[in-house]
Amino acid sequence: MKNNKVLDNIWLTLVFIFLFLPIAILIIFSFNKSRLNIMFTGFTLDWYKELFNNSVLLEALINTLIVAVISTVISTVIGTISAYGLKKYDFKGKKLINELLYIPIVIPEIVLGISLLCIYSFMKLELGMFSLILSHIAFSIPFVIINVNSAIESMSANLEEAAADLGASKFKTFFHVVLPSLMPGIVSGAGLAFTLSLDDVVISYFTAGPDSNTLPLQIFSMIKSGVTPDVNALITVLLLMIFTGIFIYMSISLRRIKREGV
Amino acid sequence: MKDKLHKWLFTLPVTIYSILLILLPLVYIFIISFFKSDSYGGMITTFTLSNYIQLFDMVYMRIFMQSIIIALVVTFICILIAYPFVLAITHKNARIQKILITLVMVPFLTNSLIRMYGFVVLLRKSGVVNTFLLGLGLTNNPLKLMYNNLGIIIGMVYTLLPFMILPLYSSVSSINKSLLEAACDLGANKRKTFFRVILPFTKPALFNGSLMVFTPALGYFFIVDVLGGGKIMILGNLIKNQFLTARNWPFGASISVFLLLITFIIIGIYRKTGGKLEDLG
Repeated sequence: MKNNKVLDNIWLTLVFIFLFLPIAILIIFSFNKSRLNIMFTGFTLDWYKELFNNSVLLEALINTLIVAVISTVISTVIGTISAYGLKKYDFKGKKLINELLYIPIVIPEIVLGISLLCIYSFMKLELGMFSLILSHIAFSIPFVIINVNSAIESMSANLEEAAADLGASKFKTFFHVVLPSLMPGIVSGAGLAFTLSLDDVVISYFTAGPDSNTLPLQIFSMIKSGVTPDVNALITVLLLMIFTGIFIYMSISLRRIKREGV
Repeated sequence: MKDKLHKWLFTLPVTIYSILLILLPLVYIFIISFFKSDSYGGMITTFTLSNYIQLFDMVYMRIFMQSIIIALVVTFICILIAYPFVLAITHKNARIQKILITLVMVPFLTNSLIRMYGFVVLLRKSGVVNTFLLGLGLTNNPLKLMYNNLGIIIGMVYTLLPFMILPLYSSVSSINKSLLEAACDLGANKRKTFFRVILPFTKPALFNGSLMVFTPALGYFFIVDVLGGGKIMILGNLIKNQFLTARNWPFGASISVFLLLITFIIIGIYRKTGGKLEDLG
């Protein structure tokens, strides 16, 4: 079938411009002499220097990273053993649990956010780092389970049987046979949990306390009162880290495509 | 004995989690949606339907309609952008496809509020786009690109577009190439091939994508706050205000239950038509 290559490329270019413009503009203005994000008046690195003196912004960044790391580790551990347990065992209420696990994925985030806020208030749990991390764990676990599930589907059942025949205990089998073969699913689940945590605005908005200001919440309040260009600098630094990660991921997976000759 | 321990260890955490952090919170907001609020932001534990009756007030009905229309428009625009985009990608070879799809994901690894701030810089009255257009003499007065419905729609389309692109891409790229060649050999033109082969084949993915775009679009209050300028409200803003500003939790809870109901109806239709929950992740 003949395809119109020119039209294809025009559309691809336009959509990618749309996708990257809002980010590109922030990177460009992080080097801008002018305080106003309107015209590029000259090159400077002042905003990067200022960034290191902006304790509010840095504290928000550190909070964001703490929440993301802790919630990713915990939700990956719970998600992995849960996916395996739900596959291996039958028990009362399993069907209900399987349905419940999709709820955080399909319902609007705001409903999850306010329902967690309500239950914390009911349990007299004060809002702060703990409630924030708990909420992030709550919305991450289902995504980890889905990712690990797809790895379990492709795992051969013979593997576990062979381990059992050879006299390995159930725990030994899990740690030495099951876990290694589920690793790709676990890693992609953890990656997703980490990204979701970094990106979350809505659920954090309702479940963070005064001592647990995260970067998105900080920027949200700054947009109302006025954003300083050191935010642009911070965003640029973050992007640089993300791009490095993606570049490594891409070069590994592209090499795999090449090797497999797809 | 040890087997039993193994079973407990692998099933107890998920049981506790799904009851404590999913079921209980939702049941709780359902319960408080029947409570009464007192004037100090507290709740009186009596049974009343007044929060649900209040939903039918014209003021709120207008906001519901507005949210649903915005979400529908956003979903429709996402389909219009994503379909030709995905088709164009699948015309490339495997290596380039992989690169392009990863590139789609890149902006979404930065926080969504950061991207919305990028749009503020671009779209505001003295923003980059207006400065550019005025400088070129394409317009004499700055265009009103945000603090209106247009700004909200741009922000939401941007934020939700990958949720349309990704399922569509995995569906279109799984169409057997020989199917398209057969259509071509049998004399179907491109338009006919699209409507008779590609569209029916990708219908489930299209529904999946629309679901993942439409539901969040009802709740993303922060996009409306940042790009809508505070005058326009959607369901998400209404819920947020009831909980944090007006402190009328029972009424806020009844709006949330209403929003949940809309979501469950859509998912019900999705599953009735053969859609699987597993595909929604």
